[in-house]
Amino acid sequence: MHFLPERGHGRSLAGEITPPALYAQRRRLLAQAAAGIGLIAGLRPPVVAQTQPAGRLPPLPGVRSAVPAAMTMEKPTRWQDVTTYNNFYEFGTDKSDPSRRAGQLKTRPWTVTIDGEVRKPGRWDLDALLKLSPMEERIYRLRCVEGWSMVVPWIGYSLAELIRRVEPTGNARFVQFTTLADSAAMPGLRSSVLDWPYTEALRLDEAMHPLTLLAFGLYGEVLPNQNGAPLRLVVPWKYGFKSAKSIVGIRFVDKQPATSWERAAPQEYGFYSNVNPKVDHPRWSQATERRIGEDGLFAKKRPTLMFNGYEAQVGQLYAGMDLAKDF
Amino acid sequence: MRAWTWRRTSDARGAAPAAIAAAVNAALRHPAAKPAAFVLASLPLLHLIWGAWADTLGANPAQALSRGTGDWTLRLLCATLAVTPLREAFGWHALLRLRRMLGLWTFAYALAHLLCYAWLDMGFDAAAIVRDIPKRPFVLVGTLAFVLLLPLAGTSFDRAVRALGGRRWRALHRSVYAIALLAVLHFLWARSAKNDLAEVAVYAAIVALLLGWRLRAALRRQLPAR
Repeated sequence: MHFLPERGHGRSLAGEITPPALYAQRRRLLAQAAAGIGLIAGLRPPVVAQTQPAGRLPPLPGVRSAVPAAMTMEKPTRWQDVTTYNNFYEFGTDKSDPSRRAGQLKTRPWTVTIDGEVRKPGRWDLDALLKLSPMEERIYRLRCVEGWSMVVPWIGYSLAELIRRVEPTGNARFVQFTTLADSAAMPGLRSSVLDWPYTEALRLDEAMHPLTLLAFGLYGEVLPNQNGAPLRLVVPWKYGFKSAKSIVGIRFVDKQPATSWERAAPQEYGFYSNVNPKVDHPRWSQATERRIGEDGLFAKKRPTLMFNGYEAQVGQLYAGMDLAKDF
Repeated sequence: MRAWTWRRTSDARGAAPAAIAAAVNAALRHPAAKPAAFVLASLPLLHLIWGAWADTLGANPAQALSRGTGDWTLRLLCATLAVTPLREAFGWHALLRLRRMLGLWTFAYALAHLLCYAWLDMGFDAAAIVRDIPKRPFVLVGTLAFVLLLPLAGTSFDRAVRALGGRRWRALHRSVYAIALLAVLHFLWARSAKNDLAEVAVYAAIVALLLGWRLRAALRRQLPAR
């Protein structure tokens, strides 16, 4: 079994062995961001104001995650880019559509229906989900299937916390996520780009992996609508589209469910969609990526890492599988 | 006076288009018309360059530059192809003065678009480009369209027209019809990833209209005189 990513491992491992002093420094910065954006916004120089949240959303602080590899030391993508460069087709297919058009999304009241192969099905109110487990901050790499990447400081907790509460039965092998399809608030639903509502799914062991995050916030604030408010999935070793946004339903099933992108183009988007530089998309290479806001206009793209750099943590989930076949 | 003559000699339906055509032609023959068109065509490129420098192109400036130059290549190509139909349908004959410039601006935007791909996307890595092209056939189609543009740009000056002779020059420059079809195919293929083809449909419709008009005109010429 490989514990080191084969390519570019220097960068990702260097992050994990950074001296604690640097961590502390980062922590202080983020604590500021989480604690009192509104109070200090006026005092901060303009450059910081661009990279940090505007302070218009309610704060949602989180403690530093202890989950291995949950805190990459790579530089977080600036808040402005994280919140204006989005794929959220319910609001339109252009990257700028979600931030321009997601204002009508009502994130309260919000309930998530949990059913299927569980001993405790039910409807969970957002407030109950927010209180279910302590909020953690996790800084994850995000690799889009389109060939760009970001580093996002999320706030949330492991999806496993919720899964344990609802007690999956022995028949539960997959978890399906259904997302909001509200045509009043989501102008993108008028186009037939995908079958709505958007659904995604994970194998139960993937869903239970501690890195699989149920996120409620980013940059120390609740999620902006365009980033999948009020709660979304973040699976850092898979292409971004696997991380379903604005979740309204979680169903535990025994058979592998078809996902939205699989239904739209089965030859291009597989169920697993693990980040893999060696398995190209049928129409483009996945060997490299452009880090948003980081790599200069004329810089060479950086190599994409196996499982997006999380191979040591998640590689064993796929032991013995042919990842070119199960892409 | 001319205006008086129109009123007396033209029927009601013909008067307005004729007046418009006269005004359009007069404007196009104005000494400032060509420089103005030149500046106008350069503005999108300058805007993109400014945006890249001032970092106003959003989170992914490389993509914004690539899309912007591609969009404007198509727009200028459509403008170039519109010259003949507009001249013949509306009598805007002086548009001919701008056609070469429009064609050369199309080439300039296409060149900028190609540079965005080869430089910003591929870092001028020839091996990576060779690996990339079979992955993305639309890159091949776009490159082919650009290669076909080269002889047209290269024979755009007066001496080339004289050297080739009008008939051969016109025959060569008819390859712009194939270029237009390849450009639309390139755009369609590039966009098919998004499953959202509304914008492609607009350009496809314009190109279809412009080429369809020519086809109809050619068929009419073929028909024996009645």
